[in-house]
Amino acid sequence: MSLQARDKEFLALLGPSGSGKTTLLRVLAGLEKPDAGEVRFGGEDFLSLPVRRRRVGMVFQHYALFRHMTVEQNIAFGLTVRSRREKPSRADIRARVADLLSLVQLEGLDKRFPAQLSGGQRQRVALARALAIEPRMLLLDEPFGALDAQVRRELRRWLRELHDRAGVTTVFVTHDQEEALDLADRVAILKDGELIQLGAPNEVYEHPATPFVFDFLGQACRLPGVIEAGRLRIADWESAAPKDAPGGPVEVFFRPDEVDFAPVDGAGLAAEVTGVAQRGPDVRIDCRIEGHAMELIGHGPTLPIGVAPGLSVRIKPFRPQVYAAR
Amino acid sequence: MTDRAAAATVVRPVTDAWPRRTRLVEHSILPGLGLSLGVTLVYLGVIVIIPLTMLALRPWELGLDGVVRTLTSPRVAAALRVSFGVSLAAALTNAPLGLLIAWTLTRYDFPGRRLMDAFVDLPFALPTAVAGIALTTIYAPAGPLGALAAKIGLKTAYSPLGIFIALTFIGLPFVVRSIQPVLQDLDRDVEEAAQTLGANDLQRIALVVIPALAPALLSGVSLAFARAVGEYGSVIFIAGNMPLKTEIAPLLIVIKLEQYDYAGAAAIGLAMLAISFGALAGMNAVQIFLARRGRA
Amino acid sequence: MSQLALPPAASTATPAVAARPIARIRLPGIAPLMLLASAAVMMGLIGLPLVVVFQEALAKGLPPFLAALKEPDAIAAVKLTLLVAAIAVPLNAVFGVSAAWAISKFEFRGKSVLLTLIDLPFSISPVVSGLVWVLLFGAQGLFGTFLVDHDIKIVFAVPGLVLATILVTFPFVARELIPLMQAQGADEEAAALTLGAGGFTTFRRVTLPNIQWALLYGVLLCNARAMGEFGAVSVVSGHIRGLTNTLPLHVEVLYNDYDSVGAFAAASLLAGLGIITLVLKTVLEWRHAGELALGHRS
Repeated sequence: MSLQARDKEFLALLGPSGSGKTTLLRVLAGLEKPDAGEVRFGGEDFLSLPVRRRRVGMVFQHYALFRHMTVEQNIAFGLTVRSRREKPSRADIRARVADLLSLVQLEGLDKRFPAQLSGGQRQRVALARALAIEPRMLLLDEPFGALDAQVRRELRRWLRELHDRAGVTTVFVTHDQEEALDLADRVAILKDGELIQLGAPNEVYEHPATPFVFDFLGQACRLPGVIEAGRLRIADWESAAPKDAPGGPVEVFFRPDEVDFAPVDGAGLAAEVTGVAQRGPDVRIDCRIEGHAMELIGHGPTLPIGVAPGLSVRIKPFRPQVYAAR
Repeated sequence: MTDRAAAATVVRPVTDAWPRRTRLVEHSILPGLGLSLGVTLVYLGVIVIIPLTMLALRPWELGLDGVVRTLTSPRVAAALRVSFGVSLAAALTNAPLGLLIAWTLTRYDFPGRRLMDAFVDLPFALPTAVAGIALTTIYAPAGPLGALAAKIGLKTAYSPLGIFIALTFIGLPFVVRSIQPVLQDLDRDVEEAAQTLGANDLQRIALVVIPALAPALLSGVSLAFARAVGEYGSVIFIAGNMPLKTEIAPLLIVIKLEQYDYAGAAAIGLAMLAISFGALAGMNAVQIFLARRGRA
Repeated sequence: MSQLALPPAASTATPAVAARPIARIRLPGIAPLMLLASAAVMMGLIGLPLVVVFQEALAKGLPPFLAALKEPDAIAAVKLTLLVAAIAVPLNAVFGVSAAWAISKFEFRGKSVLLTLIDLPFSISPVVSGLVWVLLFGAQGLFGTFLVDHDIKIVFAVPGLVLATILVTFPFVARELIPLMQAQGADEEAAALTLGAGGFTTFRRVTLPNIQWALLYGVLLCNARAMGEFGAVSVVSGHIRGLTNTLPLHVEVLYNDYDSVGAFAAASLLAGLGIITLVLKTVLEWRHAGELALGHRS
């Protein structure tokens, strides 16, 4: 597989566990050696560089802070281990640490030990530590994986702002599609060690390249269909086939909330409503279409017309994706 | 941005860090508290508390003067010096040796690794008298290593060096077994982080690995020291037992008992205990200080 | 942050096949050195004494070795050693289980003091562990005159050996069980009670299966120390050949008589015991690591 990150871009590596995204990140950092292939950085062969000469800032999933060092010592570590020629003066190091502490909004915590910090604070120390070496590339491994939902959302915004300000090419690994779509300039979707799709969040979400991507990026409903002469037929309902759709038997995918409801005598797929549940702002509609049990989502608070348990309606997916049947 | 949500969910180790006033006995639905605690306390009282109380009381029949005179008599003072001095030297020697072996066992895979791992415990499993006569045979002037040492003018057996060798033998497993689990569990992440930040191998080991091991290393050294101070079986054969030179404190207890000087023997025993606890408390304080840095 | 003028692209091209970690130690040339040094320390300091025991025992061939083991004094010493262990080990095992039960299943004040006291015998010299019994039961001990009047012998007799051995091996079983049972908690026992089991049934059917390997492990270490103990029994034994000499004391007596083959023959029995203990211990650690207490150390 081949993947190219652009300068100063925020690139997400998204995939289920075991898809090879963390391995790829570790290869970039130099923590693992690929069996074959190459890694170049601005034309320079990166593979022959040992980890410590790559100048990549890596933020580990569990932060990997040095627990016997204070926050200050943690952040300064990358500077203090430099050879005497390259090492900044003590005052410079102190100034740099202070800058970084204010950047990650942890002023006043410099004398604390990692064990005395909350999860979110530790994450920001790890980030400051990685930024301290003026990395040529920032690598984040599941940066929010170990945090609870609320802190996660706050930090996400903040990380994006930080990236924009710092202007470092950033690659981050996540298995959370919402996070990837929300945060990244571009998203690379990986599966079983292969790059399936690469594109801007919207592009990827609206035009998933494969059923796997469609499924992975959100809830999916699927039905078998046939395309003949530019017309897509699902059961007894026919509509214009989407552009560039393959001919012959196909699988039709659509999001459960991207449907229009119509009365039973109108056009669309016949659906028999078996249950209705109001879930806050949404309405979950259980129904059977062509013998397949399916879960649709209507945007409440009121039910779409004609939807009630035991009744039949017609539904029209308004943005179906079509893939050749396997 | 606030971190309130995170702060509320900080995981704290479940220890006695939060002193909680418990009732004398908390209610429990399980049966058997009376029986098990009763058995425990009676047995503990008969086997440990009453005998040790005797040790604490007996010396004072000599009066404070007598106790001081016993402990400061040249022979006793010399024996205490030998016991504690050589034990400390052996325990400190065990630190690099233990580190070396623990490192080899956890970081490399080689044929025979498991065998070597198992054999680390041999000094625990080998009865001390057996170790004693074996070490003496090895380091006696005619023994395989003793002859070698004699060539370069070193007297091993029947000298403080012999005591030192026996105590190093006895203490090694304590250090290895203290460090080993910590070295094993040391997050690979942390070392990798040091690498990505530009640390070379030596810096990684000196600045990241060794400090992380320090509390465990110190605890292993204290255990080895405590064991060495009281050690008897493996030492008396190799020591030569020359009064004022290679006589260890435990041996002096035996000698006093043979002279029916019970109070004198008890005084030495009590002094050993007191010095040991003092030394251990000191090491403990350092260890707590080190550990607090890691997990306050 | 980084004001580096980067070329337009940082590019990567990798087949994402299984990559191998290279973060483990990479000091060039150091690994063999470390290995060699470790092997040297292990063999020189730890292995050599074991070899010497058997070498010296068989120095004059097999017949003198066997003859030394058939000596009546040697046989008496073996019997006495077994007898002492057979009394001390079960007592300490029962104590260990009941102490672990009380400490791990209940909350009461003073628990940490209790734990410290249980560990105490580990931090006192074996010689002191013998001495205290002499202070109690010796001729000039607290109960000395009483015992002489009633013609009861404790010190310089078997009861003294047993008491000294018990004190030295006191914490082994308890120490193995307490952390394990504390980690296991009392939920399973509580569940058994709600299902109608009685106290002893709960212990036998729920607790015991959970701790059996750790118990065995503790008993194993306790037994090794009980049979091999030297300092404590040396103080209370009186060294009466054939009567109060355990095997380690027998070794000492023969060694001091310059009977090298005899001493090392008896020592080889004890070394054999040590090796068997080591093997069983290792097997237990491999097979039942999860069911043993964390970080076991004897």
